[in-house]
Parts: sequence; C-alpha cells; structure tokens
Amino acid sequence: MSDIDTIRPPFDPAVLYKTLFLAVVAVLVLVPLLATVLGGFKSLGELRINPFGLPQHWEWSNYADILFSQRYWQLLRNSLIISALTVTLTLITASMAAFTFAHVTFYGSSMLLSYLTLGLLFPAATAVLPLFIKVRDLGLLDTYFGVALPQVAFSLAMSVLLLRRFFKDLPPELLEAALMDGCSYINFFRYVTLPLSRPILATVGTITFVHSWNAYLLPLVMLNSDALYPWPLGVMVYQGEYSSEWHLILAFITLTILPTIILFIFAQKHIVAGLTAGAVKG
Amino acid sequence: MRRRADSLAPLTAVQPQPAWPAALRGLLADNRLAVLVLFLPPALLLFTLFVVLPIGEAAWYSGFNWNGFGRPTNWIGFDNYRFVLQTRAFWLALRNNGLIIVVSLLIQLPLALALALMLAERFRGAVALRMLFFLPYILAEIATGLIFSFVYDGDYGLVASIWRLFGAETPHLLASTDTAMLAVLIVIVWKYFGFHMMLFIAALQGMDRSLIEAARVDGATRAQLLRHVVIPWLYPTIRLSVFFAIVGSLQLFDLVMPLTRGGPADSSNTLVSFLYNNGISRMRVGYGSAVGVILFVICVSFAFTYQRWFLRDE
Repeated sequence: MSDIDTIRPPFDPAVLYKTLFLAVVAVLVLVPLLATVLGGFKSLGELRINPFGLPQHWEWSNYADILFSQRYWQLLRNSLIISALTVTLTLITASMAAFTFAHVTFYGSSMLLSYLTLGLLFPAATAVLPLFIKVRDLGLLDTYFGVALPQVAFSLAMSVLLLRRFFKDLPPELLEAALMDGCSYINFFRYVTLPLSRPILATVGTITFVHSWNAYLLPLVMLNSDALYPWPLGVMVYQGEYSSEWHLILAFITLTILPTIILFIFAQKHIVAGLTAGAVKG
Repeated sequence: MRRRADSLAPLTAVQPQPAWPAALRGLLADNRLAVLVLFLPPALLLFTLFVVLPIGEAAWYSGFNWNGFGRPTNWIGFDNYRFVLQTRAFWLALRNNGLIIVVSLLIQLPLALALALMLAERFRGAVALRMLFFLPYILAEIATGLIFSFVYDGDYGLVASIWRLFGAETPHLLASTDTAMLAVLIVIVWKYFGFHMMLFIAALQGMDRSLIEAARVDGATRAQLLRHVVIPWLYPTIRLSVFFAIVGSLQLFDLVMPLTRGGPADSSNTLVSFLYNNGISRMRVGYGSAVGVILFVICVSFAFTYQRWFLRDE
C-alpha cells in the first residue's frame, strides 16, 4: 500500500512498540484458537505433554469420527432450522411493522413504536421463567417454534428500528409517484420497498442469525429432547459425556464453530458492518 | 398524498356509499387501513406475548411460592424479594457484575481504543488484524467458554503446561474460589475487546481528515492531536461503548456456564447465572421471578438514566 503518510523516518521506536503490541495481542487471540484446532488432531497423551505445538502424529480419526456421526449433523441441522425460522419470521414481521411506522401516520403510531423499543431495554433472561410457562401453556415446549418465536419477539425492537430508519430514508417521491399511479401501499411495500432494502434486510438478517445460531439460554430452557438440541446445547452435552477426553472435545468444538468461521470469512464485511453499525444505530 | 386521495373521493361518492368519517375514507382509499390491520399485528402480538406479558407475569409470580405446576396459589407477598436479598450468592453475583463492568472500563475499553487508533491507519495487515481481533466476538459464548475451560484445565491446559515449564505446581484456576472469577474476567476481555475496537474504528473512519490536517499545520504534536482532537471526536463512541459494556455485563450467562457454572461456591455467578442456578434449574418460579424483576429494574433504570445523562445528543 503506497501511502504518502507511510514514508518511513529512519527509525521510529513508536513503530517498533506498536508492532510488538499488535503482535502480542494477535498471539493472545490466536493461540487458544489454534491450540483448539490442533488439539483435535492429537491423542490424549500427546495433548498432555504437548498442548501448544503441531501434533507429532496426526490423529485424523478424531475429526473423522465426528464428521461421520449422525449426532454432529443433527445438531447443525437443528441450529439451522431454528435460526432460519427466527430470521425469516423476524424479517417478515419486522419489515411489515417498520413499513407501517415509516409510511402510515395514524393515531398512536409513535406510542406503539416506543412500546416496541421497550424491548431494547432488558435481556430475555429477566423474564425467562414466565416465558417458559407461557411457552408450555401454548403447547410449544420442546418444539422448534418454542425457541424461535421468543427469539423473534426479542429481536423485533432492534430490527424494527433499523428497518424503519432505512425505509424513511428512501426517496419519498417513490411513494408519491406510486400512489398517483394507483399502486396500493401493500404492493408498494412488496414491489418497491423490499427490493430496494436488500442491504438493511441483509444487516438485520445477519444480526438475528448470529444471535440465534449462538443462543444458549432459550433453547436450554425450552427444549428437553436431545433430538432437537441446537449445537451450543449439544456441545455442552458432549463435553459432559467425554469429560476429560479433551482431544475429542476440542475436535468437536472445532467442528461446531467451523460454520461460523467459514461464514465469517466469506461475509466478513457484512457481518462486521451489521453487528457494529446495527449496535450503534439501534 | 392525503389531499390527492380526498380530491378523488367526490368522484366515487356518486354511488351510494356508507358515510365513512373523512379520516377513515382516506385510509381506505389507498389500502392504508389494510396495511394497519395486516402489517402491524404480527409484530405487536409476538412482542406482547413473549416480551411484555412475561415481564408483567414475572412481577405477579414473584409474589408466590410456586413450583410452576398447576396455578400459583400460595401468596407470600414480598417474601421472595426478602429471600433473594438475604441470599449471600445474590450479592456475590451483583459484585461480580460490578467487577465485570470495572474490568470492561479499566482494561477492555482502553485496550480497544489503543488498538483502534493503531489499526485505523492504513498499513499492510491492518485489515487482517482487525478481522482477527473481531473473530472472538462472533464465536458463540459457549464455544469460547469451552475453549477456555481447556486453556485453564489443570491437567491438559495451556496455562498448566506453561506453569509446568517453570516447574511450578499446576493451578486449577476454575476450581478455586480465589481465581475462578479472575479467569472468567480474562475470557470476557478476550472475547469482547474486538467488538469495542470495531466501534472505535468505525468512528475514526468517519472522522474529518481536515481537522487533523489543520491541527498538524498548527504544529500540534501527536500527543496533543490525540488528546485534543481525536479523543474528543470519540466521546460519543466511548459513551456508547461504556453502555454496551454495562448492558453486556448485566446479561452475561452463556460464557459462565461452560467455564464454571457460577461456581465454585457461587464465586463466579453473574446475575443471570444466579437466576438460572437458583430459579430456573430448580423450578422455583416465584424466587426466580423475583430475581428477574430485580434484574429488570436494574436494566431499565440504568438504561433510562444513562440515556438521559450521557446519550442525549444522539
């Protein structure tokens, strides 16, 4: 990168300190992650004497056994179903509500909006016991929807705010012209607003997906049967079963965080923008 | 647009029509009423059912001694709150939440700020380092917790092997009441500093370059530039970062479970893990609801005060 600013003075100790500092932080971040990935390739005995270095003997079977087990794929499938449900329902309900708040003036609109934003103020954990009883009374305990619906409800506040702001910033002439041509609000939403809002829908979708994919407390409370467990619950159960066979646990952890890391590598710009900008603007 | 719709109304009013009130007629003319009736309820319903009602019910259930089966009948007034406040573990959890906030403010925030200042400049590897530092933030708390329970493991872990290098007896950090919370705090910094760093980098990139140029021309040193131009520019972001650190501390749970489950002897509980261990896992609905209500009050009063005092200009 040729930048005028970076023409080096002969020797600058500040640069040296800076490089050292960055290197130390990078090592501290990387070492636990690398040790986890590599640990999955070792035998338990080797892990004990050599937790840091490359394995002397690569135990591919640790990973292979998990990859060929039904268990691993079932966990990922469950997580995918729950996250997909959550993201889809959040995007549909939040964008519809945000559209109404952005374009239809009606009595009580600002009141209802601040009612929704109450959801930003406290975490789901505060009401998790009554939530459990509610989900039970609705007969949704131990179902995908029992996890997904509360997750949707708790992601609504932020999603509606982000979407509403974006909808409001779209050029108002669009709506005026469409109405003049006899287009209804609903068609306008379907054929103009949504296609134009792909970036913000992607942002909201990303935030919701990451939260749902990583969620632990709600599935822990709402699900009883192993067959429905998403991966964070599953990996905890796995760790409980193989309590000190760390080489297997590390392989399992590595494989369960692999989808996140792959997604991050391919969509890093989106994810970073979504998670930080989303937090700031919400 | 309203006027337009109204001006069309007389044309259609030739046919016999029920006498809609003017406002309603406007709504009907271009389907706005349909939007209201179709578009708003799903979100409002879900939100009311799964967010608002449970909070109200928590307040109601917290007056009962109830195990969750049948209907609550055993009304005990404010006793649950008294029991909570008399539990030593509750105060420990509150203290731990305070500790998390202190560490976030004194260690994590300056670290994030320093890294942001270094990485906001363009040089080879800057983007890669940003991504690397952000990576822990998107890893699930559960995975992070498990990775670090390996790092801390007294027999196989990384810390243990470093200790062994020096011939010292290997510590079981997570198993001692003295060190468990410290170990959790380290993981918190490891996991979340990248998020705060990204907030700062985003703010720095939005900074007006001409400000810096102007200060340079006036002969400001690097330190002066930082002190009088850059840091003031970041004040709103710093306030925001503090806000997230505190809110994050109040809802921390997932990370604690794989590390210590709040133990040993409740020494590393947060408020939410305390709620889980004492209310949810034993189905003590009344007691757990009381904890939930207390947590709710803390969160809401914090959010309101903070927004009023510190975030007003946004």
